[in-house]
Amino acid sequence: MRNIFLFIRRYLNFLIFLVLQGICIAILVRYNKTHEAYFSGVSMEATGFLDKQYATVDGYFRLKAENKRLAEENNAFRNMLASNFSGPDTSTIFYLDSLVKDTTQRMRKFTWLPAKVINNSITLQNNYITLERGDGQDVTKGMAVVAPGNTIVGVVVNTSKNYSVVMSLLHRNSKPSCMLKKDKNTGSLEWDGKDPLVLTLKNIPKSSKVLIGDTVLTSQYSSVYPYGLMVGTVSKIESDPASNFHTLRIRPATNFSAIQHVYLVANLLYAEQKDLEGKIDEDLKKIN
Amino acid sequence: MTGLVKNIVRFFLFLLLQAFVLNKIPPLHQFIVPYLYFLFILWLPFNISRTALMVIAVLFGLCMDLFTNTPGLHAAPCLLIAYLRPFLLNLLLPQETTELSYVEPSLKSMGWAPYFVYVLILTFMHHAYLVLLEWLQFGNFLYFLGKVTGTTAISIMLIFLTEMLFYRKARFRTNIA
Repeated sequence: MRNIFLFIRRYLNFLIFLVLQGICIAILVRYNKTHEAYFSGVSMEATGFLDKQYATVDGYFRLKAENKRLAEENNAFRNMLASNFSGPDTSTIFYLDSLVKDTTQRMRKFTWLPAKVINNSITLQNNYITLERGDGQDVTKGMAVVAPGNTIVGVVVNTSKNYSVVMSLLHRNSKPSCMLKKDKNTGSLEWDGKDPLVLTLKNIPKSSKVLIGDTVLTSQYSSVYPYGLMVGTVSKIESDPASNFHTLRIRPATNFSAIQHVYLVANLLYAEQKDLEGKIDEDLKKIN
Repeated sequence: MTGLVKNIVRFFLFLLLQAFVLNKIPPLHQFIVPYLYFLFILWLPFNISRTALMVIAVLFGLCMDLFTNTPGLHAAPCLLIAYLRPFLLNLLLPQETTELSYVEPSLKSMGWAPYFVYVLILTFMHHAYLVLLEWLQFGNFLYFLGKVTGTTAISIMLIFLTEMLFYRKARFRTNIA
């Protein structure tokens, strides 16, 4: 017994090192594998406050570019005003209002909420964006995030009372479903953690005649993003002769280092869709 | 300022500098990420106990992780260099003189060559372990080697820039007691 105590006393520092190292690794494995920026609401409120102070200063340096983008977007909306259309065609344009169901049986599927970006990173292997809008203001996990100009940014992974954290496209767990605009072939968009200007689109079959400069949009199969939002353009085509699929390098349309205002998009029918898809296994059991 | 207050101020200054200046720098190259925050651990006083040193390092690393949303990723390498620091100092310092007469590691108290070796080895260990943890999640080996070398070079440059910009007077221990 005495020897055990002597041993512990002698290697105390090394044992403390091992224990602390074990705790660090445990935290790392526990919280980074689930692709959620998991931190308690308290620490998020604290760093969120600092991030907000930083963003108020940082925002001034980008006002000019941001104003230009907003002006362009305003212009695009002006062009969509009803007063710009005349003649019999106007009757065929539907405007969705806040009713859950209108008289033509159209359901509202997406709602859009504006939010301000207060923290953003692009240099890490897994990048997150913090927004100043939380579950107290109707943000929920799984909402899509879209930048002005309808270019996609990421997905909300965690919320606190006043802030929410977004997993940006520059994250190794981000795999939204995207398609080529010209032939609607669909693949999954990933990031290899190296260059924020290069995303990878996988699983596009070689029968697709893709060219450099082709547009990539969000696909119909994505349950998070609305259909047809801008993702980026093809910058390089890499074809492995052993595979039946192209590996396309995509240049993202979003400038991740300069996003300041974004829109959160909630899919109101998401729960219903997942619920139905989740029942498939049960239904098969009943049939067999 | 007493040593304690000075180190508490440094704790926050290094965190804020890393989170709001260095992490905001647009990526220059895939291998290069400027890291400086761990200099806090390298500058802690000689006479701090080894257990306290490791606990401080873990707390410091976890605070850094709060800003980058990567729990544990910076804490583990910080702990590693805090554990290795006393061994390295024992090797590099002439026994019974420097440790007794100076407060903390610096160019003046250790001399150019030993201080450079001290910074180089600990910086390299920190980055190697940090990138290894990232690499286990994804990446290839060439990327691992390149990133460790690139970030170490940039960090060494930043550390010596800091040493030159903020010249620290090497205080004798007898002066404060």
